[in-house]
This record gives sequence, C-alpha cells and structure tokens, in this order.
Amino acid sequence: MLKIRNLHAKIDDKEILRGISLDVKPGEIHAIMGPNGSGKSTLAAVLTGNEAFEVSEGSVEFSGKDLLEMAPEDRAREGLFLSFQYPVEIPGVSMTNFMRTAINEQRKYRGLEPLSASEFLKLMRDRKNLVEIDSDLTNRSVNEGFSGGEKKKNEIFQMAMLDPKLAILDETDSGLDIDALRVVANGVNKLRRADNATIVITHYQRLLDYIQPDYVHVLYKGRIVKSAGKELALELEEKGYDWIKKEFEE
Amino acid sequence: MAAAPDISMLTLYEKYRDIIEKGSSPQVNAERQKAVEAFNRLGIPSNKKEAYKYTNLQPWFKPELNPVLTNKGFEGNITEIFKCDVDTIDSHTIFIVNGHYQNGSNGSVLPDGVLVGSFTQLSKEHPKIVETYFGKNAPAQEDGLVALNTMCAVDGVFIYIPKNKVVEQPIQIVNLLSGEEDTLVFQRNLIVAEEGAQARILFCDHTLTSNRFVVNSVTEGFVNPLANVDFYNIQNQHNGTVQFGGYYFNQEAQSVLNANYFTLNTGTTRNNIFMRLNGSHAESHLSGLYLTDKNQHVDNFTFIHHAVPDCQSNELFKGVMDDSSTGAFTGRILVSPDAQRTNAYQSNNNLLLTETAKMNTRPQLEIYADDVKCSHGATVGQLDDNALFYLRARGISKDEALILLMYAFAYEVIEKIKVPALKEQIRELVEKRFRGELDKCDSCIICNQLADKFQELAK
Repeated sequence: MLKIRNLHAKIDDKEILRGISLDVKPGEIHAIMGPNGSGKSTLAAVLTGNEAFEVSEGSVEFSGKDLLEMAPEDRAREGLFLSFQYPVEIPGVSMTNFMRTAINEQRKYRGLEPLSASEFLKLMRDRKNLVEIDSDLTNRSVNEGFSGGEKKKNEIFQMAMLDPKLAILDETDSGLDIDALRVVANGVNKLRRADNATIVITHYQRLLDYIQPDYVHVLYKGRIVKSAGKELALELEEKGYDWIKKEFEE
Repeated sequence: MAAAPDISMLTLYEKYRDIIEKGSSPQVNAERQKAVEAFNRLGIPSNKKEAYKYTNLQPWFKPELNPVLTNKGFEGNITEIFKCDVDTIDSHTIFIVNGHYQNGSNGSVLPDGVLVGSFTQLSKEHPKIVETYFGKNAPAQEDGLVALNTMCAVDGVFIYIPKNKVVEQPIQIVNLLSGEEDTLVFQRNLIVAEEGAQARILFCDHTLTSNRFVVNSVTEGFVNPLANVDFYNIQNQHNGTVQFGGYYFNQEAQSVLNANYFTLNTGTTRNNIFMRLNGSHAESHLSGLYLTDKNQHVDNFTFIHHAVPDCQSNELFKGVMDDSSTGAFTGRILVSPDAQRTNAYQSNNNLLLTETAKMNTRPQLEIYADDVKCSHGATVGQLDDNALFYLRARGISKDEALILLMYAFAYEVIEKIKVPALKEQIRELVEKRFRGELDKCDSCIICNQLADKFQELAK
C-alpha cells in the first residue's frame, strides 16, 4: 500500500529526513517512535504534502501511484489521512459544512454522486456514535474553542467520516487524559479492517497499550535506526531513548 | 485648503434650475438656495481634504455626464415587470429608477399612517415632517457632496413611520440604474421613525445597463425615542459605477439602530455613515462587508458621535480584497464631554488575497469624557496557510478551500442580518461572489429576471 524509498526532505536547507525506507501493507499497524526532533512529524507532513518541506531525494508510492507528485487534496482523495498533531481552528467554517464538502469532493474524485442531505446526516450520526464524540462538537466551527482532547477526538471523528485507506496519527496521544486516550484508541481499533492500515506516530508507549502495533520503528536523526515487533515499544518505555542515542550517535 | 469651486456642477444646476425646482416643495427649494451657496464655497472634495484622503471623487463629476433630473418613467406596467423580484423576500417593495420613484410599485398595504413613497410628492404633502427633519442631519454646509445633493436632487424615497407603529414586513427599496449614455444620478431619501416605531428597511442598489453611472445619494434617518430601525444597504452594481452614498442618522433616547452595509460589487464606492447618539441609552450597531476585486475601490468613512451619556455603539467592518483593488476605512468616534458611561467598540478586519490589493484603515477616537469604555482594533492580513492546508488535507480542492475560508472570514458580518430570508440571500450572494459568479448585476439573484425583462422591454 505504501512504499517509501530513501526519502530525504529538508526545510530551509536543513535536512530533516535523511533516507527513510518503509513498507506498509493492508491490515497493518505501524508505530513510529523516537525522541523529539527526530523527524517523526516531518515524515507525516511530507507524506500529506505540506509545502513547507522540500523532498530532495527518494520516492513514495501509495496504492501504486507516485504520492509525491500529487497535490495534498489528491493524496486525501486517494485515501490518505493525517490526524494532525495541532488541529487548526477555523472560525466560521462549521464542522458540518466542512465534512460535507470534504466527503463530496472525495466522492466526486472517485466518480460517485454527492451524498444527499439525509444520507450525510445519517453518516454523521453513525460515525459520531462510533467514535463517542459529543454531538455538540459537530454543531460548532471547526475546532474553534475545542479543548486539546476535543480536537484530537475530532480528528478521529473526521477519520471515521472519510474512511481512509491509510491513516497517519501524528502524536494524537500527546496531552490527552486517559478517557480521551481511550476514546481515540477505541475509534482507531473499531475502524481497523483488513484493507486499511495505520501509522501511529508517538513519543510515548502509552497509546500502544490500547492500539497494538504489528511493527515498531525507531526514528532518530531522520533515519529509521531500529525496527521490530511491539516488544520494542516496551523496551523503549523501560530504557528511554538514551541507549538509542548512544548507539547511533555519530 | 479650500477646494476650488466646481464650475461644471454649478453650471449644470443653473442650466436645469427650472426643471429641478418645478416639482419640489418650497421648503426643499429653500434648502437648495443655501446649498448653492455652500457648494460654491466647498466644491467636490478632492483627496487633499483629510476626510477624502483615500478617495478622490473630483474627477468623476464631469459635465459630459447626462443628468437625470426628471422622472423619465417607465413603459408598461411596472408591477408586472418587477413582480419576480420579491419572490424570496416577503417585503413591501418599491422601485426607484435613476433616483426617481416609480408609481405603482407599492406591493402591499401598510399600517395606518405609514408613508412610503416619492420624496418629491410626499415632501409637498407633508410640510410639517419636512420642516422638522429635512436637512437637519445631512451636513450641507460642511460637505460638498451633500451640498451638491441638496442643490440638485429632486426625488428619492420618503419613509415615515408614525408613533408606535410597527411595520412587520421589511420595506425594500430597489434602486435601479439604467441608461443609454454615461449618467449622473441624484437621489435624496428621508427616513423618520417616530417614538416607539419599528421598521426594517432594505436599500438594494443595482445597475441594469452597462454604461457608466455616477451616483450622489444622500439619506437622512431619524430614529426617535424608543424607536427600533434595522437598515440594510446591499450594493451590487457593475464596475463602471461610481457611488457616493451619504447616510446620516440621528438617534434619540433608548432607540436602537442596526445599520448594515454590504458592498458586493461596485466600481468606486464612498460611503459616509454618520450616527449621532443624541438621547441617553440609545444603541447603535453598525456593520459592513465589502468584497472587492479588479480595480474596484471601496471607502467606508464612519463617524459615530456620542453626544449624550449612557449610549452604546458597536462597529464591525470587514473586507475581502482581491486583485488590485483598494479600500479604506475610517472609524471616527467622538465622545462629547458630557457623554459619560459611553461604551463604544469598533473593529475593522481585512483579508488581502494578493500582493497588489491595498487597504488603508484608520481609527480616529476623540474622547472628551472620562468615564468611557472604548476599544478599537484594525487588522490587515492574509489567509491562514495552516487552515488552507488543513482543509486540503481532507480532500478539499484549493479553490474550494479558499472559498470556505473567505466565507468564514465574512460570516460574522452576515450573521448580524436579522431578516432570515435576507440573510440566506446574502449568504448565497457572497458565496457566488467568491466563486466569481457575480461579476455583474444581471447574474445576481435579486434582479436577474428583472434585467431580462428590461431588455425585452427595450426591444
């Protein structure tokens, strides 16, 4: 589904990603861990097409297509979803209008008719129940005045609405209390299917108690320095990142 | 610096003096004489005058223009022609063509004593109202454009709501511009809401033909004690229109005025919006939204005068500016020495979509009382790139995302509209405008059918 080969990316001439290769297949959950500044969020940003970063080398194939050639909206329409680390507040754009526009633009891209008002409302209701989000949140402007936890739940709600092939959760757990964390994790687990995949980017092991990854990768200084099963996360939790730093210090 | 007297407009007045004065009431003509003298002194303000620094109207008032000083009327049955227009808003609608009231455009029955009609006619029939109100607010002795209007305007709309009368239906004034050559239009309006009266008044400004129009329109509004008036101006004229609109309101004790200005399309617009809070516990809410592109220019000059204690004013103007359009906002607030416990809030926010769009915004606060709450804020900014990326990352195209964000910026002003059908219509119009589907008048919902009928008629 996703094939990253030797990916290099920079911002303002500073190289952040220095040769990342990664394969994600349908049905898999990958965790990418690493200390602050290792390039985890940059990887998410580059994959979703944030123009602040410049890809200097490497390739990314998504469902057989060249991902890096696509505009951000086309990546989303191909089934890529990013749960933002810092969801943006957009006063004046209602959640309902935002989601309806997004869904219908995605449907149009896939050659489908737009959802009718009643179909759309039904979908909203279903997905709200699925991710246990307060119905009040969808009556408001996008993320406006939402607490940190509400913003993250709202990301998972959007993910449920858009039903992506590949979801990237960028530090979705940071700053969450245990209840919100559970809601987020439950949402991800419920949406899990044999034909979709998830990349969980996190600093802490905590979220991985709830979302069981098939693979754990450690990112350090823009490279994946270690890959293993879920036991690696526990090891990191126990020993911290210092041993990684020592081992791979240049 | 004194402006040079404008010979061409004085010449025009002298040339057509008989026509101008013939139908008017003696009181209105008496004011004319004073205005001639004032205009001779003031002339059309140039941009050397501080208040007109950002808009020079002098070059527009040219002798080559064709003035419309008499009611040219209309062929055919006007109510038939205009019938389509009121489908969406259930309103009492009247039509003004080139500044002149059109007979037979009254749609519905108004409460007893309520007058809505031709300024020329009703000012003759109601000398007492004219004596009390006409010329009392509009500063003909200080502003050359008001002097010019007082000197040359013949007709317009006259609205009078007697004491404690409530007009449930919105009163909609459709101001149409239509001509075959470059046209000069004068219009004079008088709105009086007596004690405890209530009304909602809509001015919709449109162009029906593609020639140039220069418009000088002055509206005086009197909101008497306990009266409640909502005023809306929706301007959707083609790019060859130059409009000076002067709106001069006076409010008495415990009155409430909501005034909302929407400039959806224009060539050059200068609005002078004056509010005098002249009775305690009066409340004034003023808002505006201007959407400009190409080489359009919109200048809102607002002046709120807190003349007495315990009044409140709220002011919000927002603009979305594209291409090489330019704009200006002046927010003058004057708090007189006695006007203690004044609350006055003002903000002006602008969204510039290009490097070449330009906005000048200036708050001007003069506060002479000491127990006052006053705030002002002005911003000029670009669209938020993070928000744009967020929307695109959900599969929304860049164009669609831009429209959503522009609309999000504008919505705060649209939300202030209190007539639900109108709010819906403005929402649609604003969205169409952002989509570039509202370039000229005949693509607008309000009068597209109207324009078709006009063209049929012209054949």
